[in-house]
Amino acid sequence: MEKEVIIETKGLKKSYLVGRRNEITVLEDVNLRIYAGEFVSILGQSGAGKSTLLRAMAGLIEPTEGEVLYKGVPLKKANAKIAVVFQSFALFPWFTVLENVKVGLIGQDLDEQEMNERAIKAIDLVGLDGFEDAYPRELSGGMRQRVGIARAFVLEPELLLMDEPFSALDVLTADNLRGDIVDLWKGGKMPAKAVVLVTHNIEEAVSISSRAIIFSYNPGRIKADIPLELPYPRDKSSREFKFLLDKIYTILIKPPEEVPFLLAAGRYQFLPHAKVGAIAGLVELVHDKGGRVDIYKLSSELSMEVDDIFPLIESAVILDMGEIKDGDFILTEIGKDWAEADTLRKKELFKESALKNVQLINQITQVLTTVSKHRMSEDFFLDILKHHFTPEESRNQLETAIDWGRYAELFTYDYDSGELYLEEASIINSKT
Amino acid sequence: MRIPVSISFETFRIRLIDLIIFFLIVGIFSLIVYIASQWGAPYERSLEIELGLQNIFGYAVQSIVRIFFAYLLSLIFSIWYGYAASRSKIRERIMIPLLDILQSIPVLSFLPGVVLAMIAIFPEKRIGLEIACVLLIFTGQVWNMTFSFYHSINTVPREMVEVVKVFKWNKFSKFLRLDLPFSAIGLVWNSMMSVAGGWFFLMACEMFVLEGKDFRLPGLGSYIQTAANKGDIVNVIYGLGTMIALIILIDFIIWRPIIVWSQKFRLGSIPPEEERESFVYNLFVSSVFLRRIGDLVSNVINKIERLYYKEFPLVRSPFFKVVSKGVSISFLFIIMLAIMWALFKAFYLVSSISLVDIFLIIKASFYSLLRVFAALLIALLWTLPVGVFIGLNPRAAKYLQGIVQIAASVPATAIFPVIILFIIRFGGGLDIGAILLMLLGTQWYLLFNIIAGASAIPKDLIEISRAYKIKGLKRWKTLILPGIFPYLVNGLITASGGAWNATIVSEYVSFGGGIIKTVGLGALISSSSASGDFRFLLLSTCFMSLIVVSINRLVWKRLFILAKTKYVLE
Repeated sequence: MEKEVIIETKGLKKSYLVGRRNEITVLEDVNLRIYAGEFVSILGQSGAGKSTLLRAMAGLIEPTEGEVLYKGVPLKKANAKIAVVFQSFALFPWFTVLENVKVGLIGQDLDEQEMNERAIKAIDLVGLDGFEDAYPRELSGGMRQRVGIARAFVLEPELLLMDEPFSALDVLTADNLRGDIVDLWKGGKMPAKAVVLVTHNIEEAVSISSRAIIFSYNPGRIKADIPLELPYPRDKSSREFKFLLDKIYTILIKPPEEVPFLLAAGRYQFLPHAKVGAIAGLVELVHDKGGRVDIYKLSSELSMEVDDIFPLIESAVILDMGEIKDGDFILTEIGKDWAEADTLRKKELFKESALKNVQLINQITQVLTTVSKHRMSEDFFLDILKHHFTPEESRNQLETAIDWGRYAELFTYDYDSGELYLEEASIINSKT
Repeated sequence: MRIPVSISFETFRIRLIDLIIFFLIVGIFSLIVYIASQWGAPYERSLEIELGLQNIFGYAVQSIVRIFFAYLLSLIFSIWYGYAASRSKIRERIMIPLLDILQSIPVLSFLPGVVLAMIAIFPEKRIGLEIACVLLIFTGQVWNMTFSFYHSINTVPREMVEVVKVFKWNKFSKFLRLDLPFSAIGLVWNSMMSVAGGWFFLMACEMFVLEGKDFRLPGLGSYIQTAANKGDIVNVIYGLGTMIALIILIDFIIWRPIIVWSQKFRLGSIPPEEERESFVYNLFVSSVFLRRIGDLVSNVINKIERLYYKEFPLVRSPFFKVVSKGVSISFLFIIMLAIMWALFKAFYLVSSISLVDIFLIIKASFYSLLRVFAALLIALLWTLPVGVFIGLNPRAAKYLQGIVQIAASVPATAIFPVIILFIIRFGGGLDIGAILLMLLGTQWYLLFNIIAGASAIPKDLIEISRAYKIKGLKRWKTLILPGIFPYLVNGLITASGGAWNATIVSEYVSFGGGIIKTVGLGALISSSSASGDFRFLLLSTCFMSLIVVSINRLVWKRLFILAKTKYVLE
């Protein structure tokens, strides 16, 4: 029997115009089908366009190319049968819990009585009975998100879209709420026929969903589509669970092309947003642990989210200090040297590696050595970067490069004039 | 599943407060009707304001009614204008810069146009002058409210807008349940500022000379003015006292409760302590009568909202769309035509101006510029140390803040007669005196902002500077000035705008039956308005608008951006 397709994207592309001519592509060539009865997680790092995809599926934004089909019919604008749960809850502080849930019903032609009945039913479903007359500010974060979920349930949607619904909650509350969602889903009490969950938490995805779709970033593309067929409730300490975690970690961090971070096919190298101090901390820690660690284990030991630890690992890889194999992070010889070196030697090593491996730092240093004053306005570099990144991202890129360049004593930055300039020492070095 | 059934005994109990509120509403309503019924009366050219304590109450009520209507008009206009501008990119590009310019035009420049038009529409009737007066007060109140509303609905969080889209709300629901509540807090604060501005210009709007003719309306502003013209200092003080008492009373029974109520529209954070409690608010909340009225109103609004979701075949039909489009295009056409006509007329007026006149205006602008600058400098000199002292000492703030607030609530124009009396008695002339008068109107903006800035400096920064023994001038340079900078800039922007607006009432003052004036752009506007010299009025208004807008763009906006980026304490 053919399963019913709830939503489908065909050749979806979303790009934004930056300035007059430059185009930033957030999503590219996304083809995906969500069937009835599925709980699908969409995984990827920040900037992978996950939220954009979710908004396209909700009919909130129009794709640049391609189309979204809801039950085979092109989706032109928001549809009452597709509900969204937001990361920030997006509750109305001036409404009570009951009124906030009724927000979902206002657009329907219902009488007061029916609205109340439906809203109270949804509130009971998420376990908030007794709180109907409370205002959101009186509730904890977990309860607020329950209101957000009740609001999404109230119209009995066919498809439920959740945009990082647990990431604004503390660990325990998130766990609790996640458990309740799984219970509703498995118990058949959830009104929706299919659920799409956007997340960057791999463990979350593996513990609740029936399929994981992994996105690459810059631009966002589907990298892998993995069915998760473990029986519920899922035992997080089981070997299968851990195997899946490791597998997804490896896929996430492995770039689609094998030369990941270096300039490939005209693409500009992307610098992860990591401070040198933090990279050094990571490398030293891994060195103390024998030079090889399991990334998943490390992140849970440090209780860091993927989004926090990935940039550090990527930076180390870019700088040739480490490499990734089978979900493990392994230090290279340079990495080991760096971990053992004293401060001066560390800077020396970092400088060599940064000049060799980091495109932006190399470029800035070359420009600054060439110009006669050895000074250059940041706008010059931002302009170059703007051809490849959004204005916001360009600034992030330059800030990261400045942090690394400062540490390497290659160049530094004058906040007041907004100029980059060569450190005295490096001018001498470059002359000799 | 439970549906709360709420018929409690309490519902049937009528409290004393309900009776009081009921009679209050009836009383206010009949008062307004009575006052409005007089507006149909023919206009008495030689209306005499009768001085004396027994008459003050009647005058005060009439002034309040005028300010109330002007405020109501401002509120409606602000919401309409802000909403209309935010709904379309093209309109936004025209309407927002236009607002910037309108804001810079002083009240008196609107006066001749508004008054003459109203008199032409209602010849020999008092209502014409009444409407003109309300419109003039309106021009002094409306702009900041409009900016506030426009800014608010443009900063509604993206996810909340998306919720509205997901659940298919129509425009009416979005406006009623998202835009309006979201902008409530900003609108309340700006309403308070606007009404204070209404008191400020009351004297100029209730009693003025136009084309050599005297125009008067019975009111508190004209009362004080008349007393001042007669040199009757006792009655000036009576009038002033009544005004201050009214302002404090209105603050207590209207603004405080509204501020407390509006806290429910706050996103996230907990409101400051002084904005959580109000005696009158608690009384209102406990009134069953008011609650019934509230329920009734919300029911009616819900019904209207429900109506908007019913399908109207007529509204959806292409014919209706064509008609509505045709109407809006012809409306636009009429507006354009009116603007062209006005421009043509204005050009015709200005064409007869000679080079000498322009030189005169430039000279006057220069003098006014110096005065505004001096007023700001003097204000800065005393408010900086005092404001920082109050802001850094919580104990001092407790006592001084209240005193400062009362002092600030007194409209400076009402004290002018007293000051003028001093100037006349002790010399100095209006040349310097005008600076003093402008100072009175603008120093409070600065003081309040500096107090707020100083109290927002983080405690640990203060402690660190104490630990490192940073004292005296160094402390000001490293800690205090950078700390309060954003607030200081904000205060200076408001104060500078206020000072320019105050030039028209402080450089040209009627007192003791005569006119005292000095050289300045404000005096030029006031005198040309009084004598009905429209070409001068137009040209000097253009000059003032140009100066204010360009100072805003060139100086304040840059400082503001600097304050926002570099000197932000997170």
